[in-house]
Amino acid sequence: MKNLMIIFQHEIKMISRQAFSWLTPLLFFVIVVFLFPFALGPDSILLKKVASGIIWIAALLAILLSINNIFREDAEEGYLEQLFFSPYPLTLLVACKLLSHWLAYSLPLILISPLLGVFFNLDFYQEKILVLTLLLGTPVITMLGALGAALVVGLRGHGLLLPVLIMPLYIPVLIFGTGTALAAMAHEALNGYFALLGAITILTATLIPWLTGIALKMGVNQ
Amino acid sequence: MFDWLKQNFLSTKTFYYSSEKFLPWLSAAFLVFFGYGLIFGLFVAPPDYQQGDGFRIMYVHVPSAFASMMIYMMMASCALMTLVWRIKIAAICMASSAPIGAWFTFLALVTGSIWGKPMWGTWWIWDARLTSVLILLFLYLGFIALRSVINDPEKKDRASALIAIVGVINLPIIHYSVVWWNTLHQGPSISKFARPSIADSMLYPLLAMIVAFFLFYAIILILRMRNQILLREMKSQWIKEVIYES
Repeated sequence: MKNLMIIFQHEIKMISRQAFSWLTPLLFFVIVVFLFPFALGPDSILLKKVASGIIWIAALLAILLSINNIFREDAEEGYLEQLFFSPYPLTLLVACKLLSHWLAYSLPLILISPLLGVFFNLDFYQEKILVLTLLLGTPVITMLGALGAALVVGLRGHGLLLPVLIMPLYIPVLIFGTGTALAAMAHEALNGYFALLGAITILTATLIPWLTGIALKMGVNQ
Repeated sequence: MFDWLKQNFLSTKTFYYSSEKFLPWLSAAFLVFFGYGLIFGLFVAPPDYQQGDGFRIMYVHVPSAFASMMIYMMMASCALMTLVWRIKIAAICMASSAPIGAWFTFLALVTGSIWGKPMWGTWWIWDARLTSVLILLFLYLGFIALRSVINDPEKKDRASALIAIVGVINLPIIHYSVVWWNTLHQGPSISKFARPSIADSMLYPLLAMIVAFFLFYAIILILRMRNQILLREMKSQWIKEVIYES
């Protein structure tokens, strides 16, 4: 446990020392969200209706772009091989890495999304639901993205392969995430929606760190 | 049973030799079923009382939609065999199935849309079933894309096997979430398209076409697998003998 904490702190330190590694996805997220009103027109009723979808898509893209590099440096520097030799289960180490990645790259997006919601005239209740769905949904985006990143870890110059591979798998979480926000707008009961979203998150969290570990071993052991 | 399988199929060499014997039989059966289905489906079966002759596209559409899903299941089972038991022939089967499955999925989508234009008045609706098939196509394409960029054959098989398994776990989740999404966004006006129960004169050609499509898949699969084996085992002695003989 203590050693896991050390690895976790190491990851956080590595990320926080390069401010631009986590600031760039955040800026990307904000700018993508602000592009949509220009494409859709300044109709505030329409924009309010599609706001949660826009914010979800932008968050998904920002996380996908940042996750491309989650294992790259570790693989190049031989840090991954060190992890394979460690006495701790690889699944836990991968989970540790995923958690720190989520804290560094997804949490800032979630924290800033209420501010973006203001631009789309969301009221307080809708903002709250949006943040809750993002809190439940972004771990799924991070984890599935990490699986894809582990599969393509040794490959150079195929930056767009990862989104092509992983995006179809995002459809359920996207549907339930934005569906919850839409239901909140219609003032429906939300328990069922959150239960389904939570179920997907838990299923992903139990399977993906393990599968990612397997994929990493495949990629590096060549 | 297992010994018989092992002797005939499980090694690349025995597969190469024994598959040759199956090909003529499969081709003959394919011609019989395909001919029966085509003639009885297109000429003998009566026109539908609602859809006229337009329903006949079903004889291509239903078998290819069926095949597109079964081939993904086949790929996923081969993927499991590749990852767990490292059976080489399973990896070859998985790799050779993917493009065939992708084409069947594409065919199902295109024929469905051609049928939908006169019947529903639109090329595409965001119906749950249509959307799931579209996503299936994306899963196939992702699998093929991943394979095309990895050079090492061993790594290629294992990585793509993993993504095929993740895809097959996700397919039901995707399907049901799309059903749920669809009922959320629009009423069940078009998606609950009740088809009248089918008459025998229409059903038998359809069944024959489904069998024919699976036989076609088997034939193409064997041909592709034989090519793959030749490519992969290029340096082994028995391949050189095969080439000298021909």
